[in-house]
Amino acid sequence: MGNILGFFLIHREIIFIVILSIFLGVEMISHVPAILHTPLMSGANAIHGVVIIGAIIVLGHAVTTGSMILGFLAVVLGTLNVVGGFVVTDRMLEMFKKKK
Amino acid sequence: MDQLSQLNTGISILEISYVVASVLFILGLKMLSHPLTARRGNIFASIGMGLAIFATILFHQKDGKPIGNIGFILLAIVIGTGIGWVIAKRVKMTAMPQLVSFFNGMGGAAAALISMIEFPHISPELIAKTGMANGHVLAILLGLVIGTVSWSGSMIAFGKLDGKIGDMRLKAMKFVNLTILAVLIGFIVFIMTRNVQAASELTPLIYVMFIISVIYGVLFVMPIGGADMPVVISLLNSFTGVAAAMGGFLYNNQAMLTGGILVGSAGTILTILMCRAMNRSLLNVIVGVFGGGGQSSVATSGTVKEISLTDAAVLLSYSKKVVIVPGYGLAVAQAQHICHELDKLLEEKGVEVRYAIHPVAGRMPGHMNVLLAEADVPYEQLIESDEINPDLPNTDVLVVIGANDVVNPAAEDDPTSPIYGMPIIKARDAKNIIVMKRGMGKGYAAIENMLFFNNKTRMLFGDAKSTLQNLVNEVKSL
Repeated sequence: MGNILGFFLIHREIIFIVILSIFLGVEMISHVPAILHTPLMSGANAIHGVVIIGAIIVLGHAVTTGSMILGFLAVVLGTLNVVGGFVVTDRMLEMFKKKK
Repeated sequence: MDQLSQLNTGISILEISYVVASVLFILGLKMLSHPLTARRGNIFASIGMGLAIFATILFHQKDGKPIGNIGFILLAIVIGTGIGWVIAKRVKMTAMPQLVSFFNGMGGAAAALISMIEFPHISPELIAKTGMANGHVLAILLGLVIGTVSWSGSMIAFGKLDGKIGDMRLKAMKFVNLTILAVLIGFIVFIMTRNVQAASELTPLIYVMFIISVIYGVLFVMPIGGADMPVVISLLNSFTGVAAAMGGFLYNNQAMLTGGILVGSAGTILTILMCRAMNRSLLNVIVGVFGGGGQSSVATSGTVKEISLTDAAVLLSYSKKVVIVPGYGLAVAQAQHICHELDKLLEEKGVEVRYAIHPVAGRMPGHMNVLLAEADVPYEQLIESDEINPDLPNTDVLVVIGANDVVNPAAEDDPTSPIYGMPIIKARDAKNIIVMKRGMGKGYAAIENMLFFNNKTRMLFGDAKSTLQNLVNEVKSL
């Protein structure tokens, strides 16, 4: 029990952010017209590419060859996620331009 | 002292960048949910991402040491950008769902790799310093499992949508999957209850967990039918979000945390919305009872009546109101451009043409909108099914092109039908119905469609693209 309380105390800021972010995400998506579901999924897909930051941190502090290789791979894959995600979303949305 | 103040400036800039990036993510997602601001929203989010990436490279510090291996980092980013850019620019719009799945898998793999590298580094000193014993280990393990499942599952979804992998459905799979899940949880509990000092000795277990997670991802997606793939991709998308958020826990990184959790929760809601559009529960999709062969209780009575191209052309040209119901068949035949040509031709003749878009038309919600937008159909002409249904009784001709289940009246009439209760486009309310179809095959749900036997229905058999082309020629020659 003390363990759990301690866990909560140490991570209280993070838990706070998590809860608020969950509500925010739910709130935003609930009002989206079906027409935008695909671009939205794709855009959200690009945003979780933020995992690349973790990959950069890992590679940036890697010492052994093994973690260098894995870290390098992680940065490449993370970049793929970010760049591919944003570019594809933009390509989709480009077509929604209002026609005269 | 001077050095110390400099150090703090860097960290401050980094933290401010993360706050700004998080705000841009939120704004971006918000703007993505409105057609007029969507494109700008995407750009906002990408600026946030760029900011977070460069701030990390420039200012991140661990134990007072700045980021090293910058050459490698930049090289990796260049490689990833090159490949990502080329793939994203080249792929056809019909292949959009598999592409989203592919990029999603990449993110999942990156999250899994981070966990694999970080696990052996857990040390008593680290824990003493950060004061995060269990939280740290749990974040690493969950990041590994969720990221890996997301990666292998996405790859299978990609293969299925691309037609490279078929369905595999065995009764026993449900139990196998549950067992594997239990084993994975067992591993996590086992590692968590060990003394963390022994982290490096436990490292081999991490690789075992990785392999089991790969298998779980594969088995999780294998039995799910092609029509349900969008739901799965959306679900895996939110998985990757959660995996990214685990990295946020690990590094106490707010940008990763907000970005990951936002996508995790938004993705979950999107998944539920998609399921609701098909009138099914998420559990139902995952366990996969759908598409088990058509045991429709309604006997197929009556005969189908065909219509000639000329008659169809005349019927369309002399109508006041025409509604087109496009389905995946239209997209597969790459017929959206020629379809738009037909609608322009009819509009010139004074016919009002609109498109009725079912939420799950295509392979992803909104996919049909993207495909029609690609063919320059203005989005004012695309009407959602709920909106257009009341107007269908005044519609002279309703043209169904390559759609099936979304116009199946069984959803309203037949309580035993697997799609009973699914909101549909009430095609049979229209005065005349023309169905363009390859043959009398069934839709994805593999159930008989009584609309085809309706008295008002005329069939126009053939490939959507060539049939539409012929129809355009006929209308022109009238």
